[in-house]
Amino acid sequence: MSHKVLMRGSHIIGEAAVRAGCRFYAGYPITPQNELTEYMAGAMARLEDGTFIQAESELAAVNMVIGAAMTGVRAMTSSSSPGISLKQEGISYLAAQELPAVIVNTMRGGPGLGNIAPTQGDYFQATKGGGHGDYRTIVLAPASGQELAELTRQAFDYADKYLTPVLILGDGMMGQMMEPVVLPDPIDLSDLPPKPWILDGADGRPRRLVKSLLLDTALEEEHNWKLMRKYDIIAREITRAETHLVDDARLVVIAYGTAARIAKGAVKRVRDLGLKVGLMRPVTLYPFPNRTLVELSRFVKDFLVFEMSTGQMVEDVKLALEGRSNVHFYGRPGGIIPTPDEIAKRINTLYHRQHLEEE
Amino acid sequence: MEKKVFERPKYLKKAVFHYCPGCGHSIIHRLLAEVFDELDIGGRVIGVPPAGCAVLSYNYLDIDMGEAPHGRGAAVATGIKRCLPDRIVYTYQGDGDIAAIGTAETIHAANRGENITTIFVNNGVYGMTGGQMAPTTLLGQNSTTTPGGRDAARDGAPLDLSRMLAVARGSTYIERTAVNSPKNVRKTKKAITKAFKVQMQGLGFSLVEILSPCPTNWKMSPVEAAKRVEDTMAKIFPLGVIKDETEGNS
Repeated sequence: MSHKVLMRGSHIIGEAAVRAGCRFYAGYPITPQNELTEYMAGAMARLEDGTFIQAESELAAVNMVIGAAMTGVRAMTSSSSPGISLKQEGISYLAAQELPAVIVNTMRGGPGLGNIAPTQGDYFQATKGGGHGDYRTIVLAPASGQELAELTRQAFDYADKYLTPVLILGDGMMGQMMEPVVLPDPIDLSDLPPKPWILDGADGRPRRLVKSLLLDTALEEEHNWKLMRKYDIIAREITRAETHLVDDARLVVIAYGTAARIAKGAVKRVRDLGLKVGLMRPVTLYPFPNRTLVELSRFVKDFLVFEMSTGQMVEDVKLALEGRSNVHFYGRPGGIIPTPDEIAKRINTLYHRQHLEEE
Repeated sequence: MEKKVFERPKYLKKAVFHYCPGCGHSIIHRLLAEVFDELDIGGRVIGVPPAGCAVLSYNYLDIDMGEAPHGRGAAVATGIKRCLPDRIVYTYQGDGDIAAIGTAETIHAANRGENITTIFVNNGVYGMTGGQMAPTTLLGQNSTTTPGGRDAARDGAPLDLSRMLAVARGSTYIERTAVNSPKNVRKTKKAITKAFKVQMQGLGFSLVEILSPCPTNWKMSPVEAAKRVEDTMAKIFPLGVIKDETEGNS
């Protein structure tokens, strides 16, 4: 099956989740991601083995997902920024208990109640752990309808493979836009590798525990080192970035998700003016594509980080480059989506200020 | 000929309880193990221990268990049960866990009629954290955060969660018992058995609230604490069936 269908972003995530074997969804309404919750309500009802629960809160929803994950069922929840804050307790437990789950954050303006417009203000929260304790979550940042489908599929696979929660970080624009997509074929649930850790009753086998209480400080330390070793493996195996027109670039714009789409338009405009400018788009925000940046820094001396926030990912860019190149920043928070022209102007000014042409 | 009249239940591990002398948890753990044996369900039980002293119940009960964050037992159990409807799922929660931080999860699980069983151990204090006021602390009772005694105007009155849960349409069987005397221990076992049978028959949410002594935080001897359960606690939280909508009892 390879025909294209036109779908809304949130529905693409929902349908891709079902095709990835998701059989449990619990969520709580919050704009602008209700289309996903509603899609899952319908999709789970049509499945013989599907469960949908409209939970009484985001807290309850993520904890229902914890319970479902304990049984080995592929489980998902979704929310938008303030709701994700509430889910952080559960995400910390999922990470600590090494349970697989997929969490979708359709970001909206914040902090606080903010607004429902697309922003990227939850980067720190998503990539730096977010909840309490020494952990990370895999964070995937789709930038098109097709990628929403593919990364949703991968999110479930990564969660199972690495026994960790996986976040899909989008925003209201990703969720609401309609795009053509080729959906991946549904998986056969019986093809999935066995999960020898699940709770399903100890009948005939030694009992199992899924826990994160480690009163012995030595055990707690070892558990945290174990998680860290796992994150190192994840960084080696799944880190991903897309580059666009970087081969001769003097300046590279770095942006993810919605911002990357806008940046791409801006790069096209300045290329038309003869400026040697490229784009680097992290697909995994955690692990961050450090190596791609270091490689680019061999011939690119100026990077412009563009985010729909006051500047969060820019810190990871600086950490990755460790002073090798100049890092500039442009961002707008609050739900205002900058235009490609606006970014192009910024690029143009920066390009000439840095005398990149004359070098 | 010798006849065996008493033995360790199959699902009770050979471990020494860490609980304080006179604490009710060890009795209740044993009752659970006996009920799992007698109903022959231990191999398909999944337990959800609480935050608090009884989080370590997995050291004693030889069954599958998955920890829940503080208060979220009912939500975690909901996730497990919905995915494995033919397994027996229970939460084990203290008063702080279920009646304060986890009130919302519990009421809504009951209201949805989640086919799970909850063992609600009410000792009127936060035990593990050192004896602070719980929603169930009695008026006038000293705790580390009510040093002059609980005052209704300042702290609110004791919360009767079981009666609140009885209002929820999806709750089927709720009984309050105690473990302060052999007679009450036997009644508690009967109630626990019934609560699990309700789940096995798919009848909806069942809960047994068990008044239990906490001699350490009450600053009493085990004997005094056991006496206080019936003389004082049970006056505010009366023992007996609170709701029973099983066949013939509705």
